Amino acid sequence: MSQIVTAGAAHRRKNLRRGGLQAFLITMSVIWLLPLAWALYTSFRPYDQTATYGYVSIGGIYNLDNYVNSFNQGQLPMYFLNTVIILVPAVILVLFLSSMMAFTVSRYSWRFNLILLMVFSGANLLPPQVIITPLFRIFLVLPMFAPLSDNGVMYDQYIGITLIHVAFQMGFCTFVLSNYMKTIPKALNEAAVVDGASVWKTYWTIILPLTRPALAALATLQVTWIYNDFFWALILMKTGAKYPITSALNNLQGEFFTNNNLIAAGSILVAIPTLIVFFALQKQFVSGLTLGSTKE
Amino acid sequence: MADRAARSGSTTPPAGAGGVASSRPAPKKKHYSLLTRRDTITLWVMAGIPTLLVGVFILLPTLASIVLSFTSWNGIGGLGAIKFIGLKNYSDLINVYQPFFPALEHNLIWLVFFLLIATPLGMFFAVLLDKNIRGTRIYQSALYMPVVLSLAIVGFIWQLIYAPEQGLLNNLLGRTEQGNQISWLGDPSINLWAILVAASWRQVGYVMVLYLAGLKGFDPVLREAASIDGASEVQTFFRVVFPVMRPINIVILVITVIESLRAFDLAFITNKGLNGLELLSTLVTNNIIGETSRIGFGSAIAVVLLVISVGPIIFYLFRSLKEDD
Repeated sequence: MSQIVTAGAAHRRKNLRRGGLQAFLITMSVIWLLPLAWALYTSFRPYDQTATYGYVSIGGIYNLDNYVNSFNQGQLPMYFLNTVIILVPAVILVLFLSSMMAFTVSRYSWRFNLILLMVFSGANLLPPQVIITPLFRIFLVLPMFAPLSDNGVMYDQYIGITLIHVAFQMGFCTFVLSNYMKTIPKALNEAAVVDGASVWKTYWTIILPLTRPALAALATLQVTWIYNDFFWALILMKTGAKYPITSALNNLQGEFFTNNNLIAAGSILVAIPTLIVFFALQKQFVSGLTLGSTKE
Repeated sequence: MADRAARSGSTTPPAGAGGVASSRPAPKKKHYSLLTRRDTITLWVMAGIPTLLVGVFILLPTLASIVLSFTSWNGIGGLGAIKFIGLKNYSDLINVYQPFFPALEHNLIWLVFFLLIATPLGMFFAVLLDKNIRGTRIYQSALYMPVVLSLAIVGFIWQLIYAPEQGLLNNLLGRTEQGNQISWLGDPSINLWAILVAASWRQVGYVMVLYLAGLKGFDPVLREAASIDGASEVQTFFRVVFPVMRPINIVILVITVIESLRAFDLAFITNKGLNGLELLSTLVTNNIIGETSRIGFGSAIAVVLLVISVGPIIFYLFRSLKEDD
């Protein structure tokens, strides 16, 4: 009898703990969502409304004027386009090149395999400011041909920003892809060789298709990271009209001066592509992150 | 298996001149001898282009930073104008340049704040969410949402909270009038803490996602065994789960250190990294984009940043690449 009572008490205690846990997590989630929710709320209120009612208030008019204004005044379409011009080739190139690199280091025995992997991964972990000063000088003199550069060098060009992203992200992608490729049975290579397939054909028609899940995860991650980069264009470009959207935020701040409603709407607009990643590709994004930190 | 082959290839001197162990006679590696000349060239190109890119854009500038840090070059008048001045930049850094020690201190505060608050909080959330209680996915999404945002946007969003007159925080505190306003981002005694809160908003979710993935791979039998032995949940975590999670703990530790050294965007977008928000990264940047482009001096700061980062990076690389079996 007494045993039944204590079992019941233990059960109740467990329920109570669960309830406490729920309450705690709900509170934390609300706190975490609050900054974004606040930005969203502010963005729907015209400036004169918040001036009369105060920022922390309910009532008055709600509309999309701030979105229209920040979109037009901030020339967001132009900056979005700049981002696309930099981002699309960067993601394709970084996945293509690092899959080739990963293929050679994971499936063939090279003398410098480990050293190369270490140098690549190490390069990816460096703070960008360690290399920026000489890189800036290199970009001023490194030649680049006509359609890709309108001043004959890498400085102030989309291609320069694309290539520095590719070089910088290659370490992480190579690391992830080579770990992934190591899990593909080596016998596949041998079978291909017996069939008379060249190295290139083995890579392109056998290994690369099998790597598709890792490539999808990395593509999601790279789109987000490159989209979110603020630093490279800040230093390696001087024409403000060529800035990708995230770097352009720095200038927009001056234009929207003290109008928090415009800043709120602009922030939400710029965050939309990454929020799409968050809602639609969460699984890929998370698996990309964890592929880099855990091993298969 | 593939890794073992790679490892032995890198530690024993290869017979082939080019580094591809194609002419190795060992029977285990028989398939390498099947590489044709064209295949060997293909492999060289496939590895060569990425290596060249990393070499030119990352390794070369890293070495150049080190060399330039011993020179007094302002970028004018070509490479011929570079004059070696020994350790003068470093002694100036320590003795003359006032923002240096504040920047070093701020980077350290950043690291300690992440290590003691953001990272443990992220791990704590991961442990709670791992219990699979109702609504876990919703909580997880809420905590992880800031991770996809850029730090520049994070800076903007938090400006809406910290702004002196229009900001949420001062409005809630009733401190919006001239004279009693709290300048969260302007006051150098508090602005670092203000942006650390904003940075942690994102870091917590990042750590949570990584740790949660690690916990999902944790063998539940171990936890059951601990619970049968009468261990409480807290004991189980600290005595069983945490030690078994050692590899992921180290990844998270290194990420925390590296993120603290890389801190830049938030400070720069707030006030260009001045007036209380100096960091090593913003000093480097301001030394090349300012009117006086001091390349040698800026490089010396970059080298300090490099020296600090190299330790954790190498530690991490050895752990993650050596323990590869």
